[in-house]
Amino acid sequence: MRKHLRTAPVLLTLLALLAGACGGATATTSPSGPFRVAVVMPSATTDMAYSQSMFQAMKAVQAEMGGESALEFAWSEGMFNVPDAAAAMRDYATQGYDLVIAHGSQYGASVQEVAPDFPDTSFAWGTNVDTFGMPNVFAYTAAAEEGGYVNGVMAAMLTQSKIIGITGPVEVGDAKTYIDGFRNGVAATDPSITINATWTGSFSDVALMTEAANTHIAAGADILTGSSQSVVGSIGAAKDKGGVLWFGTQADQATLAPELVVASQVYDWVGVVKDMIAKHQAGTLGGEVFTLRLSNDGLKIAYGTGYSLPADVRSAAEAAIAGIKDGSIKPLP
Amino acid sequence: MAELFTLPVLLGIAFSGIRLATPYLYAALGETFAQRSGVLNLGVDGIMLMGAFSAFFVALNTGSLWLGLAAAAVVGLLMGLLMALVSITFKAEQGISGIGLYMFGLGLSSLLFRTTVGTVKTISGFQPVKLPLLGDLPILGDIFFRHSLLVYGAFLAVPLAWFILERTTWGLKIRAVGQQPAAADSLGVNVTAVRYACTGLGGVLAGIAGASLSIALTNLFQENLTSGQGFIAVALVYFGGWRPLGVLGGALLFSFVNAFQLWMQVLVPEMEADIAVMLPYLLTIAALAVAVNRTRQPAALAKPFERGEA
Amino acid sequence: MTQPRPPVSQLSQSLRQRKRSAPPQWGDLAAALGLPALAVAAALLVGALVLLMLGANPLEAYAALIGGALGTSAGLIQSAVKATPLLLVALGIIIAFRANVINIGAEGQIIAGALAATWFALAFRAWPGPALVPATLLAGFAAGAAWGFVPGLLKARLGVNEILSTVMMNAIALQLMNLLLGGPMIDPAEVAAGTFIAQSERLPQHAWLPRLVPQTLLHAGAILAIVLAVGVYFFLWRTSAGYRLRAVGQSPEAARYAGIPVPAYQMLSLTLAGGFAGLAGVVEVLGVHHRLLEGITSGYGFSGIVAALFGKLHPLGAIPASFLFGSLLVGADKMQRAVQVPSALVGTLLGLVVLFVVGSDYVARRQAARRAAARAAEEGERG
Repeated sequence: MRKHLRTAPVLLTLLALLAGACGGATATTSPSGPFRVAVVMPSATTDMAYSQSMFQAMKAVQAEMGGESALEFAWSEGMFNVPDAAAAMRDYATQGYDLVIAHGSQYGASVQEVAPDFPDTSFAWGTNVDTFGMPNVFAYTAAAEEGGYVNGVMAAMLTQSKIIGITGPVEVGDAKTYIDGFRNGVAATDPSITINATWTGSFSDVALMTEAANTHIAAGADILTGSSQSVVGSIGAAKDKGGVLWFGTQADQATLAPELVVASQVYDWVGVVKDMIAKHQAGTLGGEVFTLRLSNDGLKIAYGTGYSLPADVRSAAEAAIAGIKDGSIKPLP
Repeated sequence: MAELFTLPVLLGIAFSGIRLATPYLYAALGETFAQRSGVLNLGVDGIMLMGAFSAFFVALNTGSLWLGLAAAAVVGLLMGLLMALVSITFKAEQGISGIGLYMFGLGLSSLLFRTTVGTVKTISGFQPVKLPLLGDLPILGDIFFRHSLLVYGAFLAVPLAWFILERTTWGLKIRAVGQQPAAADSLGVNVTAVRYACTGLGGVLAGIAGASLSIALTNLFQENLTSGQGFIAVALVYFGGWRPLGVLGGALLFSFVNAFQLWMQVLVPEMEADIAVMLPYLLTIAALAVAVNRTRQPAALAKPFERGEA
Repeated sequence: MTQPRPPVSQLSQSLRQRKRSAPPQWGDLAAALGLPALAVAAALLVGALVLLMLGANPLEAYAALIGGALGTSAGLIQSAVKATPLLLVALGIIIAFRANVINIGAEGQIIAGALAATWFALAFRAWPGPALVPATLLAGFAAGAAWGFVPGLLKARLGVNEILSTVMMNAIALQLMNLLLGGPMIDPAEVAAGTFIAQSERLPQHAWLPRLVPQTLLHAGAILAIVLAVGVYFFLWRTSAGYRLRAVGQSPEAARYAGIPVPAYQMLSLTLAGGFAGLAGVVEVLGVHHRLLEGITSGYGFSGIVAALFGKLHPLGAIPASFLFGSLLVGADKMQRAVQVPSALVGTLLGLVVLFVVGSDYVARRQAARRAAARAAEEGERG
């Protein structure tokens, strides 16, 4: 983690404040300086999931482009409060950031309001598919059902009890689309398998999620999966019991328990961010929708490092990936 | 619905319910001491978070779970004494100082986690210990007597708390200070000292409650790990009518219903999950509303004591 | 005011209550304003140490904090945007506190108000704006009030403590919102796009609260909140119902003795508290988001308690207090951006500020009591 100060943006902030910057569209970017990107995120950059996936992508893009001299990157995390996020976006745009990424589906209305005031700044928001018809707004989303389907295929081949457990906080957003794809992948491989689902209603209650996983295991499940928030509780329970496997999504979760994690669907925003930067530099400030897919390498299946996957399962997974890529397999019914 | 009442399901509910009840028991028993002495500490959740982080951090870095537990107790004590300082010495409005303590604990535990650990890691926590003889009982042994030491500790704390409160001189002093501080004072009881001790003890137990989450039940720490369990614990003190046995009843009811609704989601999939999740909260209110529970709260609860008035 | 004071039983009288009924003195006022400022400064000093440990320059951080919130018109407006729901929640907290009831159910009541408002504005979208907006405000107030009435009724009739029931009602409201946003109330566009984000359909434009400053989020709800603050002051100090409500808070025994139905007034206070928190939910929907989405409460249910405290539990005091607390939140976000410290530092600082301010209140009270004693002694000498 970076803790040292960068004086330039701070001074800029102070100057902007002193100048009474109240929503003017005065971009102060210098054409020769680094490309400047700001990200506004709802949760912490260490959430092992959504915000972290974007944070890491930004770090990767920065390294690839040649460090801070080529890409300057600022972020605001913990912006659950939408007006705060809107203020942050306006702030960054006023400071002359070239690309402001609103990394939360709840930020749509704010983007819609801030973007027209800063026609020289690109805004991006996700996950969604709506650019509001504005020339300086990008949208991005992830086809989570694709990796869900692939995970489902593997899970169906690996389960011996023919019972699979799904855990998560609330069945909405990409948690839902991932699960929908997973169910479909299981059913396409072995329709006789039972899938049980539990939802705990809380994004942070790990104790309850652990018991949800224990419940699944007691009900006979030998494979668990679910949205990223439920991973830690499930892996804890699976470790205690032994012989129970886990499939992850959003980020590579193998580090938590290498021997239990068969595979994770990984969101890789690097391509999307690089595309948006390239478009901006070429003069296209928005108006396009990016979707992370297996076919554009935005979604990847990361196989577990400590679990030895049987060769036939691995090849079935690869066949499913290929099928989804060429369109012969539809991950959703 | 019928399959909900088969033996394996009921045993599964009991197993999960006992585990879920553990942090509530520690925290609510601690809060019982504080409230019986007249201090309303709404900041239990903040103390739990600090305890959970301290235990995890120390265990992660020293490899010793016992050192982690001790750290949680010490940090819990310090947080409890902070609450005591503000509420007893500075006679703050307790409903508000508790909220301040909660915000402080939530913020600081997250901040420390971010700067020292950084990302979610798991550790090997307290392992289940099979009790001799009892653990070998058919069926019951698996459910009740194969838990980690911290789980047993929570249930042992119930009779201990009862004994201290109802059968010792110190317990008598606590009750007197919570009911009639002026009278207790005139009999030579040091009201301030008793309240400090009880709020501090409440802090220790809340710290251990947090530790039970981070190094025994979930074996990890993440920001806001307790997700409001400290507030539920305070509610359970009211549910239990300020008696350790009542607190045990409340904690078991809440946790067993919570374990039950998870099974219901598995076995009755047509039921909306969001409604199932509401059950423990609804039933806790309903149970208290229909139960003949008219225990009066400690008369001096949340009222600062000033010698010479009243 | 010349209303008779109720007979006060010896047991329940406390210094705090005596101070509340004493006439205000300028010295007291100065102490009341100066000490919290000192307390905030002390808390920030502790925070500076934390900032140093994080490797950030505290001076730059605090320059961003203060300058960001109060140094620009954008910051001032943003502070007012945050102050609006804080003030509404605080008004409810104050009414409850004045009746000696602790309402920690504001989070759930905000959700109830926001849910009802969203449903109402969508269901009756054919209505013209001048009818739809007030009716929606009323619907949200009613839903919040109902969410407060239940704990009130349980307390009045069955002796269920309000802390227990409001904690539980918060969780129930949250799950209710999850349920409705996951299905019946989800935006049909989300379903069509296959993204399933948990948010409602956008409200029609004529249901929105008008913007006070174009291109900002400042909306007419701010004016509504200030008007209501005056209204609550009027209610508590200029009506007999308000007088009785405060009498219940000062001493339930004495109030009962004076023939006031104590449970009914406690129920009333929780219902009103719920209603105001519900309104906070409505103005967030109608004024800021224009739809219902997850995380609508933003923790205002808890921070409103703090705003009420900063305002000395007085409805008029809550106006500047909410603004100051709002600006503290805004400035803290600016600080996070300026020196890139983890957002958790903000919560730590706010918690410290609250602890220091509630602690300093005692010193203020003691000084006031000493001054009052000195005055009494003086008068005694004269007489």
